[in-house]
Amino acid sequence: MREKKIIDTNTFDWPIILIYVVMVLFGWFNIYSASWNESTGSIFDLNKNYGKQFLFICISAFIAIFWLFLDYKVFNLFSYGVYGVLVGLVISVFVLGKEVAGNKNWIPIGSFNLQPAEFAKYGVSLALAKFLGTPDARLKDKITLRIALAIFLLPMALILIQKDTGSALVFLSFSLVLYREGLSGIWFVMALCAIIIFILTLYFGSVWVSGIFAAVAFLLYLLSSRRKYLTWPFLLVTIAVVGFSFSINLITDNILKDHQKKRILVTFGLLEDLKKEGYNVHQSKIAIGSGGLIGKGFLQGTQTKLRYVPEQHTDFIFCTIGEEWGWIGSTIIMILFVTLIARVYYLAERQKNRYNRIYAYCVGSILFFHFIINIGMTIGLVPVIGIPLPFFSYGGSSLIGFTVLLFTLIRLDATRSTEMSTLKDMY
Amino acid sequence: MSEGSNRNQSLIIAVIAIGFIFTVRLFYLQIIDKSYVEFANANSKKILTIHPNRGLVYDRNNKLIAFNDNFYDLMISYPFNLKNFDTLGFCEILRITKPNFIKRLKKADKTVYKGSAVFYKNLEQNKYAALQERMYEYERFYIDIKTDRKYKTTSGAHILGYIGEISQKQLEAQDEENYYSKGDFIGLTGIEKYYEKELRGLKGEEVILVDSRGRQKGNYSKGKYDKQPIAGLKVSTTLDLTLQEYAEKLMQNKMGSVVAIEPSTGEILTLVSSPGYNPDDLSIRNKRKNYGKLLLDPTKPLFNRAVTAAYPPGSVFKLLNGLIGLQEEVIYPETTFPCYRGFSIGRLHVNCHPHPPNLDLRGSVANSCNAYYCNTFREILENPKYKSTREAYIKWKDYMLQFGLAAKLGSDINFESKGNIPSPEFYDKMHNGKWGFSRLISLSIGQGEILITPLQMANVISAIANRGYYYTPHCIRKVDDKPAIPQKFREKHKIKIDRQHFEAVVEGMAMTLINGTAARTGIEGIEICGKTGTVQNPHGKNHAVFMCFAPKDNPKIAIACIVENAGYGATWAAPVANLLIEKYINKDTVSSKPEMEKRLFEAYILPKPKPLDATRIKFLKDSTTKATKDSIEKKKKENKNNTTGNMPLNRDMVLNEREEDY
Repeated sequence: MREKKIIDTNTFDWPIILIYVVMVLFGWFNIYSASWNESTGSIFDLNKNYGKQFLFICISAFIAIFWLFLDYKVFNLFSYGVYGVLVGLVISVFVLGKEVAGNKNWIPIGSFNLQPAEFAKYGVSLALAKFLGTPDARLKDKITLRIALAIFLLPMALILIQKDTGSALVFLSFSLVLYREGLSGIWFVMALCAIIIFILTLYFGSVWVSGIFAAVAFLLYLLSSRRKYLTWPFLLVTIAVVGFSFSINLITDNILKDHQKKRILVTFGLLEDLKKEGYNVHQSKIAIGSGGLIGKGFLQGTQTKLRYVPEQHTDFIFCTIGEEWGWIGSTIIMILFVTLIARVYYLAERQKNRYNRIYAYCVGSILFFHFIINIGMTIGLVPVIGIPLPFFSYGGSSLIGFTVLLFTLIRLDATRSTEMSTLKDMY
Repeated sequence: MSEGSNRNQSLIIAVIAIGFIFTVRLFYLQIIDKSYVEFANANSKKILTIHPNRGLVYDRNNKLIAFNDNFYDLMISYPFNLKNFDTLGFCEILRITKPNFIKRLKKADKTVYKGSAVFYKNLEQNKYAALQERMYEYERFYIDIKTDRKYKTTSGAHILGYIGEISQKQLEAQDEENYYSKGDFIGLTGIEKYYEKELRGLKGEEVILVDSRGRQKGNYSKGKYDKQPIAGLKVSTTLDLTLQEYAEKLMQNKMGSVVAIEPSTGEILTLVSSPGYNPDDLSIRNKRKNYGKLLLDPTKPLFNRAVTAAYPPGSVFKLLNGLIGLQEEVIYPETTFPCYRGFSIGRLHVNCHPHPPNLDLRGSVANSCNAYYCNTFREILENPKYKSTREAYIKWKDYMLQFGLAAKLGSDINFESKGNIPSPEFYDKMHNGKWGFSRLISLSIGQGEILITPLQMANVISAIANRGYYYTPHCIRKVDDKPAIPQKFREKHKIKIDRQHFEAVVEGMAMTLINGTAARTGIEGIEICGKTGTVQNPHGKNHAVFMCFAPKDNPKIAIACIVENAGYGATWAAPVANLLIEKYINKDTVSSKPEMEKRLFEAYILPKPKPLDATRIKFLKDSTTKATKDSIEKKKKENKNNTTGNMPLNRDMVLNEREEDY
């Protein structure tokens, strides 16, 4: 019999760790490049973004290693506790918050700012896993569903009140977890339809959309062989669609803020506003588009160096990658993200334990959501929503938050094999 | 398979699908759509043009004539966002008022070109210095350095020409090279225009990076794509600056021109059109101030009389008739004709002045006998060799063309006129097809319909000095110290008249200075051969004409001189030419004939300047526009009916042509 180690490093999922290291280091270089100018000194200069990022990377590395050697039972045990603390932190922003650019969602700690919204995701993931992980939790049960929804809608609402729309929207990614755990797919279909109707209405106006939809529905109804059973469904759907389409102007005019409305219009090419709301995306597309096939080379990007792209080291860090590393570099980043997220989903499905599985789905979905929104906005496919690109964007809260999120998963995943080897040992 | 793992698969597929969509979108942005590269360049790179130094202009003795001088334009780059701009301090430096500042800004907004516009032209030195110190504060502004011409002399303006901003027309008409852009300077007249390509050099470029707020951030790629400007080539003219300056001084306060040519090469030593102007008056910076004034000056200083004005040549034309007579063998050097104080045919009488009787060819040249040449011309036209007078006239005209008359010589001086030797068709029309010697009698002594420019006249005397050939007159000597002048200036134009005939005429010309019409104006020690002329002028006093060359053997210089409305050629034109010869050949700084020199320096033979009142200005402007219209119509007609050609020219018409050239 082999000597039994407490932790067997072979049980860690090394592909994910490898992707993580590559992303974090490459992100750091790009932050350096984005802030670079002739007089830039050492990459470790702590007064500069890239120096601070190096510090965050060190802290993250420390936490990552620490996390890997924690007893996995700790996570399960403290799930609700962590959730409570982190949501509490979000609430504390109302009191302690520092105003940055008109929004109050930072807590100042010394010379650093803590962004609780970045950590709240972790708390929600743990709490959701704990809640749905109990053997008798069934989403078909309405009360269970409501509690599950409340777990992530509560922090989302709080963050929304703090006007950090981007971070708040990320919480919608938990609905993908619910989908995996048995929530009917019809909701997602409906959401997709709503988005399509929304876009069509923006393009063609409610009258045309409603008219054509009603006409098609009526035609289908007439062609249908079981007409008498379908009268009501057809009628209700048509009314819903027409009603929704007509209420879109109301939504865009009253619920969304002016800049949000404009960003949406810009994305769909319905508004040319290169100076203000469309400026970011336009400049971002220029930076990326000018990269060509192989890019301009490290530190050679002109658009990012000359500060044409706002937020280039945080939310728009992908511009630097696109400009300096070209299509090849960008595609490699796409492959890394797709591999990472797919791998996380793959790991999720192979978990034997419900808690682990749900947690893994949470991680995958959060990453997926960030990936879609962040890359989508830099290349002009999604309206500008300010959320960071995981592992790349500058920011301690974001980097540490994602590190904790990911390494908790790796630690949990490692238990699967320890459990298995334990089983093997028994026989 | 469970529902859960199905859903897991659809999630993984969704991730891959999104990744794929993004990759395709990136492929479109980065590889297919090239517009972003252009956007990026427009965004961040700015190409600054560095203007090269224009080539320097030297005289034949390597004396500097024209050089360069920098001046500064204050430019503003687009967009003009002047937030937090210290307008007050800025206005104070420039000493302009705020409304003026706003006015300039508005004007700049309308004239933006390649991302910037001129805000303040030609900064004064003190303002430039004050501004330079604080330039870093004014992010949107920069100073554009341009070079203007400066001159070491006040002479030679008509040969040198001037530079100026390129016109819209020229910009549109330029060749594929597309060298020029708006605001560039280009040679507009004279040598500056003719040798523009040699003088302009090659523009340099500096590619600089501009950040999102328009601040310059140093050179792109450490200057890898910068191009150093290449200075224009040195152009050496054929002018003798000392001689030119002396000639202009002799011609001061007189209307007329002097052209001196080195016969053996066709090089123009001096070309004066008087009254002229100081070349500095039309430099970039002074032009605005002076151009209008010069244009409206009744003495027409901008008008290059030496090549553009055409006059009846007068008695100097007798040389040509004599030469043709000898070649056609209708006269011989020994031939004499009687002179009865003139020549009569029918009711026509051509007067002659008193001179010794029984003159042969030499004597007739020296004494300028009118009767001798009436007879000679009659012999030429009524030569039995030819079937008709018309045919003989055509032969005669052919000789004239060989001398370079009635056509542009093709020198490198612009605004050349053709002059005129009437075509036989012209006389057909004028005299209903019936004409003979009696109708053409005034041609024998260089009056009538013929017109010759001073440059052509100088070329004729140069051909005589060479005894039968000439090189097209030109004012280019060397480019970049290499004798690389255009081929056409190295071609010998031969005249089909035997050398011995020239010798006979030259003998007579030498006598002119000894005991002929121009005796007493000669220079001791130099064998000058000349011919005087006094051109009758229906509008006023006679024009004084003199053409000469020296020395008799192996001539070094040939000169044609015309002084308008001065009187006798021997009194006004011959002294000018002879003093120039003395200057050129003896290289003396002090003339041997100080009284003659003094008389010329002090003479004032200009029409009384009329004050330019409003009506006159209006008249001048109106006549200019009318003249331009007329000449355009005339040109159209000429193009339609080329055979009639050779319309008689008069000075007004010549002037019109020039206005049009502008």
